[in-house]
Amino acid sequence: MNESIQIGDNIEVKILAVEGDQIKLGIDAPKSVDIHRKEIYTAIQQQNNEAANLSPNLLSLLKDNQKKD
Amino acid sequence: MMKIQTKYLGEVQIEETKIIRFSSGIPGFFDETAFVLLDLPDNPAFQILQSVGSENVAFIVTNPYLIYRDYTFHLEDTILENLQIKNEKEVVVLTIVTLKNPFQMSTLNLKAPIIIHSVSGQGKQYILNHENYSPKAPIVPEKSTSVKGD
Repeated sequence: MNESIQIGDNIEVKILAVEGDQIKLGIDAPKSVDIHRKEIYTAIQQQNNEAANLSPNLLSLLKDNQKKD
Repeated sequence: MMKIQTKYLGEVQIEETKIIRFSSGIPGFFDETAFVLLDLPDNPAFQILQSVGSENVAFIVTNPYLIYRDYTFHLEDTILENLQIKNEKEVVVLTIVTLKNPFQMSTLNLKAPIIIHSVSGQGKQYILNHENYSPKAPIVPEKSTSVKGD
C-alpha cells in the first residue's frame, strides 16, 4: 500500500492500511495545521455555540449560586 | 484604554495590552481573533471571555482546577510553537462553561480547554486529541463533596 494524496506544498494524506471496511489514513502537515477527527471538531463547535448563546439573565445564576453556598 | 461593548456588562473600558489574540479564532467562531477577559463583579470564580469586536460573542470561563483538581493533559509541540510557549508557568488554562438553569446542570468543556500564553498574549482553544475528557463534563462532579473556592 503506497497511495497518497498531496494537497498544496506541504500536506500529504497517506493510505496506511485497508482492513475490511476500515481505511487508516496518515496525514503529514505543518504544525500550524490542526488535525482532528471530524466528529470531535463538530462537537466542540456545537458546544461553543451553545455556551455563547446564553440568555443574559442566566448570568444571575452565578450570583445566586454563590449565595446559596 | 479603549471602550468595547460587551454582552453581559454593557460598555467596558479595557487596556489594549490585555487583548488576547486567537490567530485562527475558535471552533465555530473562526472570525473572532481578539478577546479580553473580564471579571464578573459578583463571583470571582468565573470570568467572561468577551470578543473585542463582536458584542454578542462572549463565553463564561472558569479555572477548571477549581473543580477538577486532577485535570491533566499534554501540550503538543504544535501549540507550544504556535503560542511561543517556553515555560509551563506562563500558561493559563481556562475552560468554557455552558451555563444551565438550574446551575447544577451546567457543564465544562474539558475536551477543549482555552490555553493562553500570558507572556505573548496569544490564545487558542486546544482540542485534546488523546485525553478522554468530555466537552460536557458536569460542573458538579459526581462524588465530589464541594466545589473549592467560596
